[in-house]
Amino acid sequence: MGNDPSYTNQKFKVIGSRVKRPDGIDKVTGRAKYGADHNAPGQLVGLFLRSPHAHARIKKISTARAEKLSGVKAIITCDDLPDLTNGDTEARDILENCMARGRALYDGHAIAAVAAIDEKTAKKALQLIKVTYEALPHVTDVDDALKPDAPVLHDYIYTTGVEPKPKTPSNLCNVSEFGHGDIEAGFAEADVIVEKSYKTEQVHQGYIEPHACVASVSPDGTGELWVTTQGHFSFRSVCANLLGMDVAKLKVTASEIGGGFGGKTHVWTEPVALALSRKANRPVKVVMTREEVFRASGPASSTSIDVKIGAKNDGTITAAFAALRYQGGAFPGIWAMLGAMTSFACYNLANVKALGYDVVVNRPKVAAYRAPSAPMAAFAVESTMDLLAKKLRMKPLDFRIKNAAKEGTRASYGPVYGPIGIGPTLEAVKKHPHMRARLKKNQGRGMACGFWFNFGGQTCTDLNIATDGSVTLTVGTIDVGGSRASLSLIAAEELGIPYEQVRAHIGDTGSLGHNDMTDGSRGTFSSGMATIFAARQAVEVMRARAATMWDIPVEDVVWESGQAKATGKKHRKLKALSLADIAAASPNTGGPIAGHNESVPDNAGVSFASHICDVEVDPETGATRVIRYTVIQDAGKAIHPTYVEGQFQGGAAQGIGWALNEEYIYGDDGRLQNPGFLDYRIPVCSDLPFIDTQILEIPNPHHPYGVRGVGETSIVPPLAAIGNALSNAMGVRMDHVPMSPPRILKALAQLDG
Amino acid sequence: MAAHLVSTTINGDAVEFACPADESLLSALRNRLGLSGAKEGCGTGDCGACSVTLDGRLVCSCLVLGVEANGRKITTIEGMAENGVLHPLQENFIEYAALQCGICTPGFLIAAKVLLERNPNPTETEIRYALAGNLCRCTGYDKIVRAVQASARELRQIEKRKGRKKKGKKS
Amino acid sequence: MPMRYETPSTTREAAALLENEAGAAFVLAGGTDLLVRMKLGHIEPALLVDIKHIPAMSSITHSAKGTRIGAAVSGAELGEHKAVAKAWPGVVEATNLIGSDQVQSRCTMVGNLCNASPAADSVPAMIAAGAKAVVVSRLGRRTVPVEKIVTGPGQTSLNKGEVIEAIVLPARPSRSGDAYLRFIPRTEMDIAVVSAGVNLTLERGRVKTARVVLGAVAPTAVVVPAAARAIIGSRLDEGALEKLAAACSAACNPIDDKRGTVEYRTKVAGVLAKRAAKIAFQRAGGA
Repeated sequence: MGNDPSYTNQKFKVIGSRVKRPDGIDKVTGRAKYGADHNAPGQLVGLFLRSPHAHARIKKISTARAEKLSGVKAIITCDDLPDLTNGDTEARDILENCMARGRALYDGHAIAAVAAIDEKTAKKALQLIKVTYEALPHVTDVDDALKPDAPVLHDYIYTTGVEPKPKTPSNLCNVSEFGHGDIEAGFAEADVIVEKSYKTEQVHQGYIEPHACVASVSPDGTGELWVTTQGHFSFRSVCANLLGMDVAKLKVTASEIGGGFGGKTHVWTEPVALALSRKANRPVKVVMTREEVFRASGPASSTSIDVKIGAKNDGTITAAFAALRYQGGAFPGIWAMLGAMTSFACYNLANVKALGYDVVVNRPKVAAYRAPSAPMAAFAVESTMDLLAKKLRMKPLDFRIKNAAKEGTRASYGPVYGPIGIGPTLEAVKKHPHMRARLKKNQGRGMACGFWFNFGGQTCTDLNIATDGSVTLTVGTIDVGGSRASLSLIAAEELGIPYEQVRAHIGDTGSLGHNDMTDGSRGTFSSGMATIFAARQAVEVMRARAATMWDIPVEDVVWESGQAKATGKKHRKLKALSLADIAAASPNTGGPIAGHNESVPDNAGVSFASHICDVEVDPETGATRVIRYTVIQDAGKAIHPTYVEGQFQGGAAQGIGWALNEEYIYGDDGRLQNPGFLDYRIPVCSDLPFIDTQILEIPNPHHPYGVRGVGETSIVPPLAAIGNALSNAMGVRMDHVPMSPPRILKALAQLDG
Repeated sequence: MAAHLVSTTINGDAVEFACPADESLLSALRNRLGLSGAKEGCGTGDCGACSVTLDGRLVCSCLVLGVEANGRKITTIEGMAENGVLHPLQENFIEYAALQCGICTPGFLIAAKVLLERNPNPTETEIRYALAGNLCRCTGYDKIVRAVQASARELRQIEKRKGRKKKGKKS
Repeated sequence: MPMRYETPSTTREAAALLENEAGAAFVLAGGTDLLVRMKLGHIEPALLVDIKHIPAMSSITHSAKGTRIGAAVSGAELGEHKAVAKAWPGVVEATNLIGSDQVQSRCTMVGNLCNASPAADSVPAMIAAGAKAVVVSRLGRRTVPVEKIVTGPGQTSLNKGEVIEAIVLPARPSRSGDAYLRFIPRTEMDIAVVSAGVNLTLERGRVKTARVVLGAVAPTAVVVPAAARAIIGSRLDEGALEKLAAACSAACNPIDDKRGTVEYRTKVAGVLAKRAAKIAFQRAGGA
């Protein structure tokens, strides 16, 4: 036992049951407090002035008139945020993204911020701030940004990852390479080769809750931040670092979070809200408008991708190559690198090479979005896989099965796989009734695969047992979709008590050690592991207490089915002690009973999914309806199957929106034209069918229960699954996402012509 | 006069508040009356997170002025459970996992309640279109639709039982 | 100056308030466009005149002589009026397509008209139906064909101090039918990319009169007489429908924007007009 993460194939009592989440009632009655639902005494309203230019030099910011307006308590510009980042370029980029420093790098870039007694006054003050801009040439398209005549955003970006080192700055930040074998030799061996280029437009995470926080800094330099976030500990470090505060003197409390999907892993207004509060000496509440969310908080990359895959006539892939260009917005990112890493992860390839080109453009700083960068790469690769299968006259499914990665396969991004789920999900597709359902006119079926790494990371968890035997579980990973229920199930399982006896909370940064963010599908994996170990530590304490109560050596006490039992004949008269018995006696046996765990769970267990999709196209309007959708994914072990299904369905729905209608539309002036839910079209209820799910459980050998992360992979296959289905319905291969009605109609017209 | 005095009924209670004429009902509910169950997801009527009823009709409270509430009846999510007893829709949203993050949930519950009051036996398509004014980014709507279907079944059963009881009394 | 909010009880009173306000004055009916524009900072009204307390604006009257729909009648209320929905299914459906159920509880036909968006859903259907607007001012009232109200995006022919009290639909001859279709990328919640309204009357199985109107393909809704001529006298055979579609596509003068391309709008205008004509024909009892 102890802190051994190895999978044990134990029999479960409560794991896998579909209990009600502890935060359910608050969320159906309106009591749950989200980012914008908190208020502090004497709080001010904070608003931002944002750049109307895609790229401009800021020659002067005049705040004098605004400062004179009655009710204005603080105005800040970059002058109030001195650069304390000390050579940390990542931190410097965050600082500059939060508040422009001499130049506006995208439409929506923050230029100044105001704190005033109410919204009206703050708005008036913004109107009174005069900014003198000198417009500069801009570039928003990832391919255009790489052209020799493109305006260069930063004079300090010299492409890394290439030899020889470039002598001039450019918009290409880094080139990363993954793969193994010899692709030239591999393509020479191929009987059939398919090569194709694809584009995908920029999408937003589209969480319904805008970013919101209440910041309060005291004259003594301590501060508090209430914020909607996926990682309050990270927010604390970043904000304290940027503002020159001691980390321990800033307490961050995470509100309930109204969706994040990666977009709330980054700070946007929070450091500025703290700076406003520091200057005004009053709490400041900042709530982004929806327009600000779209213009200035984390979308995902738009991309341009070339794929080349070759195979023998028997269907064996001999070589695979991809060049992936991802824009990270106005600041360098790792998005193309992630795309390159994930692109061929589903397959067992002798010769493979993926090149990731990370590019900057005049768009908002890109943020993680659920399995960041993988969906676009999967769209390009999985579309090409279908094209190649067609050329080989193989069924796309059989072609994938033939080349699927398996235990022992060296992944294209480096490691050698343990037991993995790609093969089983494909076999499950083959058996699924969906594959045999009849299609009607103008309908088509497609399938595609997807991969995501998953992540472990730093975790710190605290489990306390009250004298009545009820258990408080305090974790530091944000609950984005029901993890408090899953973690309570885990604690109940370990302690041998009913689920209802456990209450899980998200601790603030003052109550626990550092926890990494809820990203990388890590919440239930890593906090789950820490909960297991914390509970086991508490069990050890309880064994010792039982030994004290019985006055026998602790070695003679075992823990079974939630009870301490004395072993050996000499103790046979001692009646087993329940957790409640031991807890009740705890004030007299050594005080409170607790278990803790601080760890860095590793090997989160890679995750694979295969999706099946049926679409119907109206050939006269190009409208596409998804009429049936099935998600098959490996969960390792589903702690709460209903919530696992929910992750599968939610990811698929986001992928469907991305595939068909969602896109950032920029005008020639470099300004975002659709910063609202009216024209940034996320799926509505009537757009979607029920989304069927099948959970496979191929245990992760590196988790006691076999858990793998489940949250992200489901967004990876839909773009390609829909593209493949459309191709089968209409005979046209869509190479540009979103596959919107005008693009489909255009493709159909070209087919006719 | 900068502020208007508004006399209204919210969740059955007589309520008075003062607000400037250009303030939304959503803002008045959240910032003046402490009713923060209705959420602002967009402020432009596109997401439905601020849904309430106004004289029994479903509206986005961000697209109603506070002053328009004068003399009208409003219900919000805070009034949905009666005496601590959850409405079947509320029960089923938890039971069927129709919420993940929960930010859209109050709006969906209000919209679904209005739907079932008007149409106790809606088809899946009717449910989907009736809820199309409410955006959810977490669930893909699957479990929301299932929770509404289950609630419709339950509410029909309850009505049936009520009907039988009434009949029983008469005879 | 804080914004003023008034709730007159007569149309004349409303017109006087609007006329006497020196600053920006707006009529508040459903507010589903107006409050959005205020929220986004596009307008800063000095005065809102809420017309929902005016009885003459809040009712529907329907008889053999015609139909009068008050300017404050919501889309939902209109949809619930069975007799109007039966006589003018196209007009009612078009109005009911505006926004979500939440929006339907508030939005009005007249608001949709006066917002003067080229993509307004109810407008092509109203124009196809031959609807007229009752315009009231201090000086009296005049009746104006709906197609004369909107003069360009965001622009109307109404003078300061004029307010529309109601929409009047003509008496409905027997064997008549109307229909309205729009294209949106999603199934709900979008603004029309392109739309078509058709209203027709049959005589002995053939189209006797017709009006065909397109939306979102020009600065204002477009009446397409050539499209009407293409089907008048026909039994809506494939040939007539093709001519109708071609006439519609030819009448388009759209723009490329975030919602659609010139090419797309031009092509789909014809497709929708054909489909709407078929529905109207069927509703008129055509076979």
